[in-house]
Amino acid sequence: MSGLRTSPIPARAAPPRVGGALAWVRRELFGSWVSALTTLALLAWALWALPGALDWLLWRAVWHNDAQACQAARGVGACWGVITEKHRLILFGRYPLEEQWRPLLATGLLLALVIASGMRRFWTRWLVIAWVLVWAVVFALMGGGVAGLSPVPTERWGGLPLTLMLTTLSIVLACPLAVLLALGRRSRMPAIRALCTVFIELVRGVPLISVLFMASFLFPLFLPVGATPDVLVRVLLGIALFASAYLAETVRAGLQSVPQGQLEAAHSIGLGWWQTQRLVVLPQALGAVVPGLMNSFISIFKDSSLITIVSLYELTGSLGLALSGDPEWRPFMVEGYLFITAIYFVVCAAMSRYSLWVEQRHARGQAR
Amino acid sequence: MSAERPAAPIPARPAPPRPRAGWSWHHPATRARIWQLLALLGIAALLGWLIHNTQSNMAARGIQSGWDFLGQTAGFDIGEQPIAYESSDSYWRAFAVGLLNTLRVALAGIVLCTLLGALVGIGRFSRNLPVRALCRGYVELFRNVPLLVQLLVWYLLLVEYLPDTTEAWSWGGAVFLSKSGLVLPFAQHGADGWHWSRPVLEGFSIEGGAALSPEFLAVLAGLTFYTAAFVAEVVRAGILAVPRGQIEAAQSIALSRWQTLRLVTGPQALRVMAPALTNQYLNLTKNSSLAVAVGYPDLVSIANTSLNQTGRALECIAIVMAVYLTLSLATALLMGGLDRRDRARQAP
Repeated sequence: MSGLRTSPIPARAAPPRVGGALAWVRRELFGSWVSALTTLALLAWALWALPGALDWLLWRAVWHNDAQACQAARGVGACWGVITEKHRLILFGRYPLEEQWRPLLATGLLLALVIASGMRRFWTRWLVIAWVLVWAVVFALMGGGVAGLSPVPTERWGGLPLTLMLTTLSIVLACPLAVLLALGRRSRMPAIRALCTVFIELVRGVPLISVLFMASFLFPLFLPVGATPDVLVRVLLGIALFASAYLAETVRAGLQSVPQGQLEAAHSIGLGWWQTQRLVVLPQALGAVVPGLMNSFISIFKDSSLITIVSLYELTGSLGLALSGDPEWRPFMVEGYLFITAIYFVVCAAMSRYSLWVEQRHARGQAR
Repeated sequence: MSAERPAAPIPARPAPPRPRAGWSWHHPATRARIWQLLALLGIAALLGWLIHNTQSNMAARGIQSGWDFLGQTAGFDIGEQPIAYESSDSYWRAFAVGLLNTLRVALAGIVLCTLLGALVGIGRFSRNLPVRALCRGYVELFRNVPLLVQLLVWYLLLVEYLPDTTEAWSWGGAVFLSKSGLVLPFAQHGADGWHWSRPVLEGFSIEGGAALSPEFLAVLAGLTFYTAAFVAEVVRAGILAVPRGQIEAAQSIALSRWQTLRLVTGPQALRVMAPALTNQYLNLTKNSSLAVAVGYPDLVSIANTSLNQTGRALECIAIVMAVYLTLSLATALLMGGLDRRDRARQAP
């Protein structure tokens, strides 16, 4: 038969390479005409903008605190000298200059405490003792009046330590309240459910600023005549109440994710309601919503900047305080903002990295 | 063996014991009632205590209260007035101006942040690596810096680094940008019907057109760029929530990537995104209260001025909270209604 082949069919050509650097470049940068044009346009833009940006940021910037040199370099180089000159005012606000080792030490202790609390190996009962001790030391350092430290009134506290203190304390106060609110909103008792729902929705419906105005103007009216707690305490309470409503909704999402069978199992071995919640439901619920909780913590940290508006000088406020009154350095406000932006960014980014890490650990624990 | 029929029916089982009537502590329903009663009494006592304290404090400090001040002359000027307002007008009207300013910046912000957020969110799925990296960098940067800092930076850039009015940047002689703000051509309704009011640089000022103040622009830019980062994440999550099979099905009928997004992924993602997007819009509206930091006369800033002038802290703060609550609840109801309609339409 003539249709019969007598020689082997030649091999097909190798498929296009999918691995290797060249293939990667082709796929990621020049996948299509549009992609190639975009890459080229972005490359051209980077080549045009980068040298100028680097010049301004680094090469032609003034690093020492010389206002004349800064003026001369205006427009071509950044004036990092403003940070050299003013960093103590920006970081510690109006805290007395010669005593600034105290807020510095307090900031260090607080950061160490928070970082240690995030590490699994420290999750023992010693951590609770450490929290109590560190806070006692922080308050002693900031306030003075003990161990030969000169007293410093709270209205002179400011800058980074104030931001950190407000954030951590309001989170610590808000969390238990949030858990109670979330449990209450899912309670079978209609009156409790209604109270918790109304509180949560009322607080979530108003902006934080209005709560801060309330803390600063109205809280003194709400308390018995003559009792005027410190403005920091009032603002702290305001932020904690505000945050608890948002955290409660996150916790509630976690509670909803716990399967009904877990509750029935707890019931069948004779656990009471509180025992069930504490031993069975909450550990699972809170573990499931760590990313959400972390997001709320990041928000609280960022929102602490709002207390500037009620005239407390945390990091954002103390920058304004440090620069706006000084005509010599006032023109270099942008550099100051870049400085505090970097601080906020690093802390927030670290928190969201940590949240990712916890989430991955949790996922590993859930995997079967 | 044949089954024997029972001579008489089996007697009925006795009725189960009735749940114990009366007020036993061991009965869950009783305990629930007692708890609720205690909670209500506790809250009532707390509120009563607060009201009592407030009244005695106000009496002790001679603070006046009441809503009569709303009718009095406000006596302060407002930089931006969507409706006519003079300093001789009442507080009432001042609050209305503040509310309109809040709504003006919030609505513009919602539109712009949706556009930018959608662009960045879709950009994170680009096949082009630099585009993906750029979009991701945008989200990381703008999400991790407090909105207040961003607002202050925008304001600083607008009022310090833009040229003076006389040397305003101009595009085609129609749009002017300078320290005193942005001026756009504006369709005006006059005696002779609709006509364009084009801005013209005359001497030291720009006449005609619609002027947007640097305060408005700073608040708008801050809200837009900040919220767009969150909207981008919502868009990304929405697109990721569409089942992979949908995209494969679209590929198998040879839809292009753009067609897939427009006809298959997009519509399904929108349904998932709606609640989260609403949340972002509400956040933006509430965040517009930060405008007080750059001196944009929004509701909070008007309330703040009125509070300082009249000392009626309770009333001014109550107005602000009531307005924002109404906005939030109205939006929630509206979105709830849309969601129900959508579900009813989806039902087979």
